[in-house]
Amino acid sequence: MEFSFMLMQLGKGFLATVQVFALTLIFSLPLGLLISFGRMSKIFPVRLITKFYISVMRGTPLMLQLIVVYFAPFYVFGLQLPRSYRFTAVIVAFVLNYAAYFAEIYRSGIESMPVGQYEAAKVLGYNKGQTFFKIILPQVIKRVLPPVTNETITLVKDTSLAFVLSVVEMFTAAKQIAASETTIMPLMVAGLFYYIFNLVVALGMEQLEKKLNYYR
Amino acid sequence: MKILEINHMKKSFDDLEVIKDISLSVNEGEVLSIIGPSGSGKSTVLRCATMLEKMDGGELIYLGEHAAEMNNEGRSVYASKKDLKRIHKHFGLVFQSFNLFPHYSVLKNIIDAPMSVDKISRKEAEERAMALLKKLGLEDKKDAYPFQLSGGQQQRVSIARALALQPKILFFDEPTSALDPELTGEVLKVIKELAQDNMTMIIVTHEMQFAKELSDRIIFMEDGVIQGEGTPEDIFNTENERIKDFIGKFAG
Repeated sequence: MEFSFMLMQLGKGFLATVQVFALTLIFSLPLGLLISFGRMSKIFPVRLITKFYISVMRGTPLMLQLIVVYFAPFYVFGLQLPRSYRFTAVIVAFVLNYAAYFAEIYRSGIESMPVGQYEAAKVLGYNKGQTFFKIILPQVIKRVLPPVTNETITLVKDTSLAFVLSVVEMFTAAKQIAASETTIMPLMVAGLFYYIFNLVVALGMEQLEKKLNYYR
Repeated sequence: MKILEINHMKKSFDDLEVIKDISLSVNEGEVLSIIGPSGSGKSTVLRCATMLEKMDGGELIYLGEHAAEMNNEGRSVYASKKDLKRIHKHFGLVFQSFNLFPHYSVLKNIIDAPMSVDKISRKEAEERAMALLKKLGLEDKKDAYPFQLSGGQQQRVSIARALALQPKILFFDEPTSALDPELTGEVLKVIKELAQDNMTMIIVTHEMQFAKELSDRIIFMEDGVIQGEGTPEDIFNTENERIKDFIGKFAG
């Protein structure tokens, strides 16, 4: 097999990897915020349900969650879904899982905010929404950026789990070529791809941190 | 005209009765200082008056409007959300720890509430803010962020932030307690200037000399009740042993 052909195959897989990565972030970052609200809710049942949700998402393998999301519509509801549902299932499972982690990160950030910020906003007449979105959230984002970077880097590598549902992302592609050509070369190249991808992610996050360093 | 009237204010935290029965009122242009030992409940009075805490019993009235009424058992019944929102505009509060918004510049700290709460234009808000900054000697700091300022400057900005909403009465909760003596002076000077402009103010403070010079009236609080009330001369020449003792500790 030609080296360029291998790169092309890996490149196709890489596109799928980037898709899973980007879609997961786009949906799980806001969903995580919503879940963190539930986790901090004054309503006990809401708090209990979100707490249970988070513990299941963090306490069971992501691989198993992928399988459950994929097979549940058929086994629970008897639904016959098209083959393309595989990719959707991957995204849904990743989003549900990562949102749980992000929710806990947001919660730690929100709970670390000094009460004086809320009180100042209240006395100045800000309503609850204004207080949260103008005063609290911007400061929380600055505080949670390092742990969010951690999760994001883990996500890049976790995308390889999509192979469980036969979605051909980069790692699956590399494995297939490695098996058919009996060489570990494609796996090494894939490893390099992941590394570079994460280097870019880390660099981007560092820039964002620097940008938010205009205040303390 | 009475700007603020508090009748029979009561407040407990769990089993601890912090405010037992406090009544006071402030007329337009009057400066009232509240002094007393730590834990006497003076800060809690301010927190209840500014509705950061809900009082258990008593009335709270701003400019004749009831923020809270008393029912037959003396319990506080608060006005509707809509009414409270309007009443809220009558007062401002300056905190001991400033509580500026660290991610906003000095100017933004001052203009944001008038713009997003009172919905005035940016132009008007900025004009108002710049006039205040000029008055407080902070014109050149408008683009600075709070962390770049000294404690005294931060407190002056927080006073400007409160004034930008043009309150009828301004509360100060130990405004200089977080400052070293050198910086205390610049904040006290600003408060004095406000008094000269006839700003109605209630000041919780440990600065006895300042309270004496500035106040029209002083209240001495202890154990959740008012132990003494009068002009600075009355309080500083009192025969009440407890008040004498307290003031004496500060004097010397």
